[in-house]
Amino acid sequence: MTGVQDITSTSKSAAAIDKARAEGRAALIGYLPAGYPSVEQTIAAGIALAENGADLIEIGIPYSDPVMDGQVIQAATTEALAKGFHVREVFDVVRGITSKTDAAVLVMTYWNPVVRMGVDEFSRRLAEAGGAGLITPDLIPDEASEWMAASDKYGLDRVFLVAPSSSPERMKRTVDASRGFVYAVSIMGVTGARSSVSDAAEGVVAAAHAAGAERVCVGLGVSNAGQVREIAAYADGVIVGTALVAAIRDGGVDAVAALTKDLSTGLTREEA
Amino acid sequence: MVRPMVDAPTTGSDEGTADAFLQGDRSLRHAPGPYFGSYGGRWMPESLIAALDELEDTFEKAKADPDFVAQIKDLNKNYSGRPSLLTEAKRFAEHAGGVRVFLKREDLNHTGSHKINNVLGQALLAKRMGKTRVIAETGAGQHGVASATAAALLGLECVVYMGAEDCRRQALNVARMELLGATVIPVTSGSQTLKDAINEALRDWVANVDHTHYLLGTAAGAHPFPAMVRYFHEVIGEEARAQILEQAGRLPDAVCACIGGGSNAIGIFHGFLDDPSVRIYGFEAGGDGVDTGRHAATITLGKPGVLHGARSYLMQDDDGQTIESHSISAGLDYPGVGPEHAYLADIGRVSYEPITDAEAMDAFRVLCRTEGIIPAIESAHALAGAIKVGQRLAAEAAAEGKAADSKIVIVNLSGRGDKDVATAAEWFDLLDKDSVEAEIGKEGEQL
Repeated sequence: MTGVQDITSTSKSAAAIDKARAEGRAALIGYLPAGYPSVEQTIAAGIALAENGADLIEIGIPYSDPVMDGQVIQAATTEALAKGFHVREVFDVVRGITSKTDAAVLVMTYWNPVVRMGVDEFSRRLAEAGGAGLITPDLIPDEASEWMAASDKYGLDRVFLVAPSSSPERMKRTVDASRGFVYAVSIMGVTGARSSVSDAAEGVVAAAHAAGAERVCVGLGVSNAGQVREIAAYADGVIVGTALVAAIRDGGVDAVAALTKDLSTGLTREEA
Repeated sequence: MVRPMVDAPTTGSDEGTADAFLQGDRSLRHAPGPYFGSYGGRWMPESLIAALDELEDTFEKAKADPDFVAQIKDLNKNYSGRPSLLTEAKRFAEHAGGVRVFLKREDLNHTGSHKINNVLGQALLAKRMGKTRVIAETGAGQHGVASATAAALLGLECVVYMGAEDCRRQALNVARMELLGATVIPVTSGSQTLKDAINEALRDWVANVDHTHYLLGTAAGAHPFPAMVRYFHEVIGEEARAQILEQAGRLPDAVCACIGGGSNAIGIFHGFLDDPSVRIYGFEAGGDGVDTGRHAATITLGKPGVLHGARSYLMQDDDGQTIESHSISAGLDYPGVGPEHAYLADIGRVSYEPITDAEAMDAFRVLCRTEGIIPAIESAHALAGAIKVGQRLAAEAAAEGKAADSKIVIVNLSGRGDKDVATAAEWFDLLDKDSVEAEIGKEGEQL
């Protein structure tokens, strides 16, 4: 595991996951799109996430071509863009949350907005805002040389995705390139609530652990405390997105707080 | 890694490579990808990488398999009707400074455009991979119709994603696809255009990749698509090169093609990339004019970025959000461009220039009236470009003390214009204002 051990001490994401682990539970990671329904609301909802049990917060940058997102998140990010969201405002959101909470705040972004701003400049501003790192759904380690350099320079976590379809070689390569944690995609598909968690998820987590990952978190399709409990039994963290976006859409910040509180009841490992 | 392109090992029979472009040290033909200079690559979700690897592997093995090559040749000849003609357009040439103009007649292929070359190849690969379902994106419906055609021929299930607005405007093409047994799914997300149809097809692919092949319609996207789609279209350039040598006894001075994603262009360009005496031109959709913001001139005004799996030129705003493109031609109305074109632009091998809607429609009318050929509006952009190039060449000939007809231009006539009759009739005000066709034409319908 080239370099992973050395930098763990400076990884905000790793620290947040390790803190949860020390408490005998999995970490909860909540996703919110920046600027939906407004920048202020995103900050307020992010703080509510942290105050109600989320250990890490994932702030998505609305993008014109979100190929990995299902309808709920697409609708939210399309609305944010229609209201005039600008990429630079994501740093205001990150700063707004990190200045009020101890949660590790990552940015989830498709790659072109980062390319446009400049990978180094984007990284510098994210670090300056107190951000923990980036989750990159359409950037694979093969294309990430610029991001590897910038994330090292600014001490940011780089969270790559692994999938049920990842070969052992790719699993190893992606785990080695990641810092903070590895994002295990639970299912071959896009974001969106599903009635049950795919059987594939546990296998992906096991494969990532076997490839040397110390922290593997599971996302896609997780929407309730029961599913959180199921995943917390084998993963280091559980990522919830669409359900939180639906909550802020339907009930604002209060609904986000209530759902987070409920989701967090599933984190404790019963048999651990 | 400035120029990782190397000669493929199988190019021994290409006499052109001996005269390689750029100091003779390197061939531009058969660039294997994944990178074309700094363009190309795989900017894709990890979930799809295994499928791209499988496709690349299948494609590489198929190219080396004489059975596959023979299968493609047989379909090209006995199904598509290849080789397509190279027709000298003598009356049209009078409008192009009096140089000799030859049309590469991809409009005569089955389904009416170059698109059939690629869909047959990819559908055969889908079968080799044991996939039973193909999905495709379409704007005006041409690639959707071609995909539905190949799927029907080879017994594959076919689903076509098409912007909801396009479905309404292109009702007849939707019917065509359905007649051929395909399912058309209207896309209501994002801007509801071609790029959103691609997004939706990618979402489908992620979820169904076990049994589904994504039959991408242009020489863009993640590796191996740009190199693979070019491979299936290389036949255009190979035929054109042999035909012009036979008919004119020498290589042309210029080759012209229109560029949306760039598949017909890369197909014909490929035959001439290593011929330094041949100037190559790609004509982008200039829409209302590149200074109006309403255009699809991606290389002319775009900036490098990543979209739909590749790094290339891209129409984007300061935030990296994709900008909607505009063109009278649905087939050119795409805010990206294939990565090999981005590379050829940067090294100066191909010149890319915008052609406005008005210039394209003027050339459209000229070809109809001088040659009795109704071109696709996409191809009319290449014709308009050829008029300009012809006039420049004629001036050069005059300066050299030669006759204009000592110069030769080949234009890739990528498709026929039957689908564009309503748009053209509206443009030229040929319709009774109250007719149904006028109503359709206003919306950009292409019958």
